[in-house]
Amino acid sequence: MGKRTVVPFGPQHPVLPEPIHLDLVLEDEKVVEAIPSIGFVHRGLEKLVEKRDYQEMAYVSERICGICSFVHGHGYCETLEGLFQVEVPDRAKFLRIMWGELSRMHSHLLWLGLMADAFGFESLFMQAWRLREKILDIFEQTTGGRIIHSVCKVGGLWRDVPEDMLKKIVETLEGMEGELQELANVFLKDYTVQKRTQGLGKMSAEEAFECGAMGPMLRGSGVAMDMRGLGQSGYEHLKFDPVVEQGGDCYARTNVRIREVFQSIDLIKQAIGLMPEGSIENKVKGSPEGECLVRMEQPRGQVIYYAKANGTRHLERFRVRTPTFANIMPLLNMLPGCDLADVPILVLTIDPCISCTER
Amino acid sequence: MSYLPKSPWLVHYDASSCNGCDIEVLACLTPLYDVERFGVLNIGNPKHADIFVVTGSVNEQNRSVIQNIYNQMAEPKVVVAVGACASSGGIFRECYNVQGGVDNVIPVDVYVSGCAARPEAIIDGVVQALGVLEQKYEESKKKGAETSHV
Repeated sequence: MGKRTVVPFGPQHPVLPEPIHLDLVLEDEKVVEAIPSIGFVHRGLEKLVEKRDYQEMAYVSERICGICSFVHGHGYCETLEGLFQVEVPDRAKFLRIMWGELSRMHSHLLWLGLMADAFGFESLFMQAWRLREKILDIFEQTTGGRIIHSVCKVGGLWRDVPEDMLKKIVETLEGMEGELQELANVFLKDYTVQKRTQGLGKMSAEEAFECGAMGPMLRGSGVAMDMRGLGQSGYEHLKFDPVVEQGGDCYARTNVRIREVFQSIDLIKQAIGLMPEGSIENKVKGSPEGECLVRMEQPRGQVIYYAKANGTRHLERFRVRTPTFANIMPLLNMLPGCDLADVPILVLTIDPCISCTER
Repeated sequence: MSYLPKSPWLVHYDASSCNGCDIEVLACLTPLYDVERFGVLNIGNPKHADIFVVTGSVNEQNRSVIQNIYNQMAEPKVVVAVGACASSGGIFRECYNVQGGVDNVIPVDVYVSGCAARPEAIIDGVVQALGVLEQKYEESKKKGAETSHV
């Protein structure tokens, strides 16, 4: 047995855009144990429901996380619509799907870039982020914001998207497909990239399921679990099969995310094709009462929103359970036995979103 | 505009931001804005950096981290607070675990507004920080000359 050393990893670290701290116990170059400590980004957002009324909380919940901000705003509004028992018009539903899938695309492209950065492929990082800017441009044209959109409200949407712009979005996305395929080829076919990702962080389907992995982590191990298949919030009208890969390693998870980018393009095209004319909002009146729980598929996996209301303008309790929190457990299972040089790749393979986790 | 004969290197730390400003800081480095062509580098080591870019507000846990990174940086150094949260606490001002802006812990030279701050605004903030850096550099040179006479 070699000598044991402890290497602190984070909270401020070149590969981490966000603060998480891991104490890595090393034996020579091999990781024996990883001890996480979190709480650097905890704000106490859920308790803000006591100070902000239910309409204002839509803006607060968008800021749970800047990457999947639209999904969080959408999830919150859907929970509140459940409390009010309001059905959203179809046009609003499909527009929400469109923005949600665009969020997934930009989140996955962001992740692909960071992943490339983690294994030291700088120009691939730049390529992924260059493509991501096109999606942010669509967001800016349709909602007015690049990162925080504030377009969802309880009962519908704040703004509509004109028909010619919808056409332009489809054109832009179709134009991107070729470039995305080139990017995907490097991730999936390049020899050096394969060397860094194949066989790393292997997880069987049972293992992934038992330690509660979510989203691409779980689907990369061969479990077809995707909350978009629940048949709610408009997805029931779309043709949709979850993306599943059998490998269970970092390569398979990269593959899942790349295929999901293409799947999102397909879903957006379907949603725009089915989008009816009409209003984008069903007004809500009064104050919410009761309890509601909503499950949704965020880019990183399943997210759960729970709200409890007591008939006043302020909610009594608001709770979010985010996928990264669930994915920390598989990470801790994967780390022991790996080389120190592979730690950044393993940390990134779960697509960590710490500000979601800690709120 | 500054004429400092030096490429500014910056270290970025996410205090307790929602990620929005962080990915915009990173977006400044990528092809659309590409500040690296001006010699601005995002560096992991605080000891190499001239400019400290902080996003997000201060809480009990990260207070010491911010202080620590700031102390490790060599003089002269400039702090840029990016976004509403880093400036004042922003939308999370009233949260129980938020103690307000970064200026509660370390002196801030430039504030960048926005939630999330736009890349253009961040670049503008860094350019202003260069002016402050030059000023501090001149002052430290003058001080050095005075002490050497005595």
